[in-house]
Amino acid sequence: MSANPEQPDDQVTITIDGAEYQASKGATIIEVADANGVDIPRFCYHPKLTAPANCRMCLVDIEMNGKAAPKPMPACITAIGDGMVVRTESERAVSAQRNVMEFLLINHPLDCPICDQGGECELQDLALGYGRGISRFTERKRVVDDEDLGPLVETEMTRCIHCTRCVRFLDEIAGTSELGALHRGEHTEIGTFVGRGIHSELSGNVIDLCPVGALTNKPYRYTARAWEMLSHPTVGPHDAIGSNISLHQVRGTVKRVVPRNNEAVNETWIADRDRYSYQGIYAEDRLQEPIARDGDKWQAMDWQEALESVAGRLKEVAAQDPSQIAAWVSPSATLEEQYLLNRLMRGLGSDNVDVRLRQADTRDGDSPSPGLGMPIAATEDVDAALLVGSHTRHDQPLLNHRLRKAGLNGAHIMALDTRRHDWNYELSEELVAHPDQLARELALIAAAMAAYVGRGVVEGLHAYTGGAEPGDNHKRVAQRLVDAGSALVMSGDAVELHQGGADLRALTALIAELAGAHHGQLGTGANAFGGWIAGAVPYRGADGSPARGMSVAETIADPRRCYVVVNLEPEHDCFDGAAARRALEAAETVVVFSPYVTEAMREYADVILPIGAFGETAGTFVNAEGRWQTFAGVGRPIGEARPAWRVFRVLGNLLSLDRFEYNAPDEIHAELQGLWERQGNPSNGGWQGRPAEPWLGHGSLVRAGNTAIYGTDPLVRRGEALQRTPHAGAARPTLSPATAQQLGVNDGDWISLDQGGPSVRLQASVDDALADSTVWLPAGLEGTAGLGPVHGPINIQRT
Amino acid sequence: MVNDVCYATLKYDQPWTLDNYYREGGYEALKRVLDGPMDRGEIIDEIKKATLRGRGGAGFSTGMKWGFMPRDAPGQKYLICNSDESEPGTCKDRHLLRFNPHALVEGMIISGYAMGATVGYNYLRGEFMKEPFERIEEAVREAREAGFLGENILGSGVDFEMHNLIGAGAYICGEETGLLESIEGKRGLPRNKPPFPAQYGIYGRPATVNNTETIASVPTVMRRGADWFLEQGRPNNGGTKLFCVSGHVNSPGVFEIPLGMPFKELLGMAGGVRDGRKLKAVIPGGTSMPALPGEEMMELDMDFDSLAKAKSGLGSGGLVVMDDTTDMVEVCLRISRFYYAESCGQCTPCREGTGWMHRVIKRIYQGKGSYDDIELLEAAAGQIAGHTICAFGEASAWPVQGILRHWRHEFEHYVEHGRSMVEAAA
Ligand SMILES: Cc1cc2nc3c(=O)[nH]c(=O)nc-3n(C[C@H](O)[C@H](O)[C@H](O)COP(=O)(O)O)c2cc1C
Ligand code: SF4
Ligand code: FES
Repeated sequence: MSANPEQPDDQVTITIDGAEYQASKGATIIEVADANGVDIPRFCYHPKLTAPANCRMCLVDIEMNGKAAPKPMPACITAIGDGMVVRTESERAVSAQRNVMEFLLINHPLDCPICDQGGECELQDLALGYGRGISRFTERKRVVDDEDLGPLVETEMTRCIHCTRCVRFLDEIAGTSELGALHRGEHTEIGTFVGRGIHSELSGNVIDLCPVGALTNKPYRYTARAWEMLSHPTVGPHDAIGSNISLHQVRGTVKRVVPRNNEAVNETWIADRDRYSYQGIYAEDRLQEPIARDGDKWQAMDWQEALESVAGRLKEVAAQDPSQIAAWVSPSATLEEQYLLNRLMRGLGSDNVDVRLRQADTRDGDSPSPGLGMPIAATEDVDAALLVGSHTRHDQPLLNHRLRKAGLNGAHIMALDTRRHDWNYELSEELVAHPDQLARELALIAAAMAAYVGRGVVEGLHAYTGGAEPGDNHKRVAQRLVDAGSALVMSGDAVELHQGGADLRALTALIAELAGAHHGQLGTGANAFGGWIAGAVPYRGADGSPARGMSVAETIADPRRCYVVVNLEPEHDCFDGAAARRALEAAETVVVFSPYVTEAMREYADVILPIGAFGETAGTFVNAEGRWQTFAGVGRPIGEARPAWRVFRVLGNLLSLDRFEYNAPDEIHAELQGLWERQGNPSNGGWQGRPAEPWLGHGSLVRAGNTAIYGTDPLVRRGEALQRTPHAGAARPTLSPATAQQLGVNDGDWISLDQGGPSVRLQASVDDALADSTVWLPAGLEGTAGLGPVHGPINIQRT
Repeated sequence: MVNDVCYATLKYDQPWTLDNYYREGGYEALKRVLDGPMDRGEIIDEIKKATLRGRGGAGFSTGMKWGFMPRDAPGQKYLICNSDESEPGTCKDRHLLRFNPHALVEGMIISGYAMGATVGYNYLRGEFMKEPFERIEEAVREAREAGFLGENILGSGVDFEMHNLIGAGAYICGEETGLLESIEGKRGLPRNKPPFPAQYGIYGRPATVNNTETIASVPTVMRRGADWFLEQGRPNNGGTKLFCVSGHVNSPGVFEIPLGMPFKELLGMAGGVRDGRKLKAVIPGGTSMPALPGEEMMELDMDFDSLAKAKSGLGSGGLVVMDDTTDMVEVCLRISRFYYAESCGQCTPCREGTGWMHRVIKRIYQGKGSYDDIELLEAAAGQIAGHTICAFGEASAWPVQGILRHWRHEFEHYVEHGRSMVEAAA
């Protein structure tokens, strides 16, 4: 019975330290306390993890129905009851907390002055309130050997207080169970069992979780103290989630990256890619000043001179034939940069501006806008999902985290790709097909679905199925998607890179439509959706007006005389690096805007202008769910580099274009937002927009792949620590056992591969996860730069 | 009176065989229970009336515990037998498994049926791998052959299957939730309670954990009736109980005696104190129970309530008898070493406190301690007990507190003189 007659049935009233609070039945004391600003000390508890109540720091006194509990109870797991009285400051509670603190400190080294956690240590903080001035412990302290967990996380396990937050994170969130407790009693140690390190793409979160300095940020270690850093809120620059992060900087230099809480986006987690890529800001090949080619030499210039020269060159080409200018823009450039570049290009008279660097197939013309088609947070409540050509775990780590939650709750998460991937939970179905057969597989699912929902024959589907009947697996996938209350059908990076991607997109849209599911399409980049909104695509202006420009793929196939390249390295970032480079090398004029300068750029570019890297530029990213997230720049770009939006603005003035008098990025932002809001919700793509003829396939040994997790963009490729993880480094072309046998290749053999151009020598792997006649070789890894299309024919020779 | 319940077959040459168990009325209770079969609640009432109390250490009412099980709710339920027997001074379950395994098998079936459990696991400590495990395995085989295990037992419609498992030798796996984790294949880390095993036992399903001796007593209760059983002991302390008498006695051994028998008599059964020496101290219920001075013990009766009143406990029934040559500081050192080594390390007070206590005692024992150390020891014990996830905290603190309560002067002597006050030990 409720103490208060007005009180709803699912609510109870409890008293904490004399004040009454209403809370939901089933809540724990600590949840109620946290929600109401009552401080209860804790170490093991974390709201996103299960509560083992092992630290015993949160012990409080409880009285129920006038009866005191015989001993203090852990607030982190004790459920509240109506009329419960909690005392967090009673003598018994405080003495219990002090006593636990004393136990925690006896074996803790108390080496705060040399500990990285100093100043932000939960143990240090609470010891001030609950510790003794002088230790009663005179024994020798425990010393624990350290383990090498890899390049990202440093250990000092003597400081560990065994709260198991790290263990539970890797079990429950990362799904890799890479840490556990070894031995027992006082000899308990947290370790990896096998000494192989931690490889989860979310591993850095254990640093934030560790309440002491046992697990610390390896690259950051010893470079700054918590209290001397300023925190700047910003947004992760690598994927379509747009994780909320803070850059911690000292005098304008970023020292580390930590997550900001945003339940709708990244909760409290971030991917290692967002945490460690900041090292790329300080890469050795940062360009310090504008440079221009002068015969065989490169000449430094001041900005005025450089921009005038660029404006002159662009004007010259535009005067003859503006369609000879093409702009390739990073899908991780800010909305403001993409929009201004779009305006520059259209101002010059060219519609050839595109952020879809990895989209091999543009037969579907105004292909659907990238995006998830549903809120990110809602994906954890889907009942079924089909992921087409998406290794979501690496492509969009925190979207995978949500889908994993759904999967663990019983949702059917299913996938189709040219290989099985290394998921951190069990999928209900993982279909694997040769790249040429992906469209057929999708068509069979669609056919099964049409039959299941009684839609009869879908026009145009026969061209893809070739009259084949759906198998049991196709039917299972179809039925689960249809039966689901909420479902997601999504295509990923590998679909973008696919030479018949237009067919795959149309079929994916058809399946989503038949199933009544949300339809998503996610490639690489933090702002691909933004690029579309900003009109940095050839078929659409920022105001939504249709256009008929050429895509990246088209300006590679039909090279232009002049290219503008913004913040990318075509040999890694375009679907066909070799062809993209050939096009640039053959062009008369190539203007590169880049934070970095590479040997390749010196070969194809004429002018290279240094722009601000991530963190040095204010702007906006639009994430997969269409959330506009704006951030400020942290400090000045290094050297003479300038934020790109500023450079484009000046260029606009030099080209005498209208309305280029922006003083700050928010003016650009506001203008674009106005245009966007006037457009309503654009619908596009779909089965109706499918190509006239299905793509025929390669019919031979085919390279397939996606973009390696730490190879997605110039910044992360310069993240030195990330590049030392096993997810980076030299590419390992992978073959199925049957194909390997046919070609006489063994696991570990060195093979030479070519795609029509120069060949590369790499070490092969054999894995039954692969479809036959397929060579899995992702982009963005060492050794792949000289190769042709990520999806395309390939030759292999044993060496 | 003596050896009427768990050790009923002990008089035979091969006490563990099914035939000898039959001679003592074996499986008659099962047949009676299954005939009908008997109402589950009735069985539980009978056990309550008999005041059968848990033989695993806490002495909790077995009938009441069974009542917590959602016995008529659908879904799998489990009965777990705790044969982990690791408390120093205790070796009764080992004997039971060796000499009267069928009492346990029959008890498992009846108890399982009473709680609606159709699967029983018997978890044996790793060191029981040889004889005890083989005997109970053989008994299970015999029982299955005789039709007492499996589906539709004796045509009653009742199903029950029993499996014996072997642990890896950790004391903490005797704590019931640590045991459940261990059965699930995980580290034997005790769980926080609630939820209790009857709500969340193994594999997320309800389970009840009982000690080997508790379960082995059930057939006799059902065969001879609650009244008979109750009369063997005392009100609220029904039945006979196994006591393991070790230490400074002339004939150590395991004895089944009625609850409430004066300690003096039990000591006599064990041949009295060795060499006619003076009784100094007794640990009455396994090392986790506080030791009591000999004079006090000589006035006490061996039942749950009497020992609780004396601020100790009957515990597991492991009596350690110590004569006047015993150095109580050294006893404390030995006991603290055990709990230090066996702490699972999960929660702070026990992980950090058991080692600390042990080192402080060692310092005193080595003659390097101070009066502050004695206070520190007392404080540390108090900081552990009542603050841990499981009762291991108390198990490690109580013996230290007990010895300090009665023999503090021995610690002070070490501090003052750097050596023991006990002649023989010094
Ligand atoms: C540290 C610790 C060790 C224990 N070891 C045992 C044991 O070896 N055998 C046992 O039966 N009970 C042991 N117990 C008690 C069990 O947790 C549980 O209470 C008992 O098995 C229940 O059976 P009962 O009700 O029949 O006594 C232990 C308890 C603790 C806290
Ligand atoms: S390493 Fe840190 S997070 Fe992990 S158990 Fe130890 S103190 Fe807790
Ligand atoms: S926070 Fe409650 S026991 Fe650790």
